Amino acid sequence: MRLPLLIGAILSATALSAAAVSLAWTPYDIAALAIADKLQPPSAAHWFGTDHFGRDIGSMLMAGAQTSIAVALVAVGIGMGLGVPLGLLAAANRGGLIDEAVMRANDLVFAFPSLVIAILITAVFGPSAVNAILAIGIFNIPVFARVVRGGALSLWTLDFTRAAEVAGKGAARISIEHILPNVANLLIVQGTIQFSLGILAEAGLSYVGLGAQPPTASWGRMLAEAQTMVTLAPHVAIFPGLAIVFTVLGLNLLGDGLRDRLDPRSRRAP
Amino acid sequence: MIRFIFRRLISLALSLLVASVVIFTVIEVVPGDPASYMLGLNASPDTVAALRDQLGLNASAPARYLGWLVGMLAGDFGLSYTYKVPVAALVSARLAVSLPLTVYALALAILIAFPTGLLAAARSGRASDGVVMGATQIGIALPNFWFAMLLVLVFALHWHWFPAGGFPGWQAGIATGLRALTLPAIALALPQAAILARVLRSALIETLDQDYIRTARAKGLTRRQTILRHALRNAMIPVLTILGMQFSFLLAGAIIIENVFYLPGLGRLIFQAITQRDLIVVESVVMILVFAVILVTFLVDLAYAAIDPRLRRRA
Repeated sequence: MRLPLLIGAILSATALSAAAVSLAWTPYDIAALAIADKLQPPSAAHWFGTDHFGRDIGSMLMAGAQTSIAVALVAVGIGMGLGVPLGLLAAANRGGLIDEAVMRANDLVFAFPSLVIAILITAVFGPSAVNAILAIGIFNIPVFARVVRGGALSLWTLDFTRAAEVAGKGAARISIEHILPNVANLLIVQGTIQFSLGILAEAGLSYVGLGAQPPTASWGRMLAEAQTMVTLAPHVAIFPGLAIVFTVLGLNLLGDGLRDRLDPRSRRAP
Repeated sequence: MIRFIFRRLISLALSLLVASVVIFTVIEVVPGDPASYMLGLNASPDTVAALRDQLGLNASAPARYLGWLVGMLAGDFGLSYTYKVPVAALVSARLAVSLPLTVYALALAILIAFPTGLLAAARSGRASDGVVMGATQIGIALPNFWFAMLLVLVFALHWHWFPAGGFPGWQAGIATGLRALTLPAIALALPQAAILARVLRSALIETLDQDYIRTARAKGLTRRQTILRHALRNAMIPVLTILGMQFSFLLAGAIIIENVFYLPGLGRLIFQAITQRDLIVVESVVMILVFAVILVTFLVDLAYAAIDPRLRRRA
């Protein structure tokens, strides 16, 4: 295993296990306020210090990992769930009216950055964590549709799909039985990329108040709250940011490493 | 080329039209009546009726949509409910901060990414390439608003090189204005520069593999001349695609980062509008943001065709 892939796997596993453990246990209760202990620098009792309410930052980072990962994961799920069938459909109908319609719809969604979608949804339905999931998820749909269509288009020109057609299989069956397994590698790589982008986007959205709402712990919100006391207690602002950087860095390294392993062609030009 | 531009213009107009329908429809699905939604629970029926009248809510949805569309074409975006001033005036005052910030950041990103990407491609596989690539991995993972907070901590609060926030206005002089926008622009530019440098590097490495590069070298051009004259031009297509996408990331990023620096830009306007339920402002600002993204996509398409004549026949 190459070093970047190993680092990526370790960082991603750390974030995932922190999130998983926080479901059952955190070092301190993040709902309990201890104003007397507020803004303490890192110590043996509080490895990452405490925030303005005296809450343990390490515990909040663990719970925040859970929010980030859940939002990004569901958003990737929405993107794949709708984008993959659309991409397969477009490729099966290559050059036809459905293909054209899917691609034009894709272009349209690309004109709405996830922040803009989040702004629209929040203006209409009020703020909630679901907005971030929807906004990032909708933004992911055309990404996956494009990747799958691109991969599927080249597969449709190959002999084995011809053979399946001659054998009497319909376009839908070929798409599911032959095309989908062959674009799975592309999906794994793109899925990792969108997952890490989703974590960055969730942090940005909850930082401006369009994502997770109190009392849900979220890295972006921790940063928003830290902003006013950054001179008093820099650690309050530094650790949530580092959590985001390490998680995103880990996922990106993992994605790059997986691409090199799964796609021999990309090894030539790393 | 003229025909190509004409066809692209039509598709630009169509995209804008469909986007406007989508935005209008989403705002339409506001639960209940928009007027009472905007005024809150304690509004008297008279106030609600007055606002309904002002918003033209008594007309049918298609009629209202047409009114909005025709108004926008004439530069009239309606009257902000909370500020009681034309939305067009509000938005143009805010754009005077957000747009220069976005362009400043884009320029910085290009200035950082091009030398870096060129260097990494020219030295691909060597130690300096490894260092640059490692640095870009970290750059990509940086949330720009957090990076902005760190920049404020170091360069504004500790060393006092730049103001920590606020915007004096362009009437205070261009230099003073740019100085206020420098830290936000760096924070926005660095993560995007990292992405751009990576794309430029891999596009260059791919073109450097081609036969015509070997021909150019055989002809006696130096490595530097080959890269700058032949490889760079052919590597520009993927770079332009990313640049176009980065504009929308930077615009969205600018809206978020205005919160770190308390800049009076579009971001502050739209978040205030959301809290005050000023749907007229939200609708118009969203339309302007989407317009900007679609326009940049259009310009990128034109740039493709300018760089690569083969692309003019397609699309």
